[in-house]
Amino acid sequence: MKFRARILVSLKEGVLDTQGKAVRMSLKNLGFESVEEVRIGKSIVIVLSAESPAEANQYVESMCEELLVNPLIETSSVSLEAIG
Amino acid sequence: MNASVVVFPGSNCDRDVLHALGTIAGIPATPVWHKETVLPEGTELVVLPGGFSYGDYLRCGAMAARSPIIRAVREHALQGRLVLGICNGFQVLTEAGLLPGALLSNSTLEFICSPCLLRVERTDTPFTNAYREGALVQFPIAHHEGLFFLPEKELQELEENRQVVFRYASADGSAGIRQSPNGSLNGIAGIVNRHGNVLGLMPHPERASERILGGTDGLRMWNSIKSWLEGGSK
Repeated sequence: MKFRARILVSLKEGVLDTQGKAVRMSLKNLGFESVEEVRIGKSIVIVLSAESPAEANQYVESMCEELLVNPLIETSSVSLEAIG
Repeated sequence: MNASVVVFPGSNCDRDVLHALGTIAGIPATPVWHKETVLPEGTELVVLPGGFSYGDYLRCGAMAARSPIIRAVREHALQGRLVLGICNGFQVLTEAGLLPGALLSNSTLEFICSPCLLRVERTDTPFTNAYREGALVQFPIAHHEGLFFLPEKELQELEENRQVVFRYASADGSAGIRQSPNGSLNGIAGIVNRHGNVLGLMPHPERASERILGGTDGLRMWNSIKSWLEGGSK
């Protein structure tokens, strides 16, 4: 089976997000006064084959652990869909 | 006494380090491609140089930290032998788990390329024994991701274990986050592991090793390493 995994990586609470800060300033300058906070993360899309959704999930989790996410500063969430 | 300088795709300070070690300091140094799985025989010092390994993709140093040579570097470090990470090399060491912490984007959001005053916090390491404690030295910095970060509790432990070796300082000798050009917590510019044999720092000692480059404060780092390897001083 083929799967598409979407991994959302965000900076942990309390970790300074300088990009988010700069973007918040820009939004304020554009007149979006109501913006209180901006946090910027990244989205990683992986297409992979696996025997089952459980196996696909396991693969993706290992990938996050071994490379994609730095647990000291980041958290992640994964959503998985079968694509054939 | 031999040094190995690891070259990753995107390293750009490897030749500067080879020059500083080999030509100026008299420590024979050879480049080692990151795909190698063993270090050249007789390697006593491994240097991970500055640059933009793998284009800084994903996170600075993340991919380089998973390169084949890193297993050998880890083993070298675990045996208590010397590893020095400069700039991108420091980022690689944190990503490889050989040093604590992470380097985040500068608080100014700018790439900073500038001479920088540092206060030497420890002189009992293999890398800094030729300095005077509390001495102010000038090395240049050139980075976009140099804000040293650790969660509060771990940061406190790092300080209690005296692992901070260099701190950003001003000319009056004060040092801390206010003196830090990049927003580094506690003004941290360089740290060692618990054992003291692995040093990572954002500033570039190899660019402060010749008068023609504007300063020679980095020379003492090579001399420290040399005398430590010769067993003269610990």
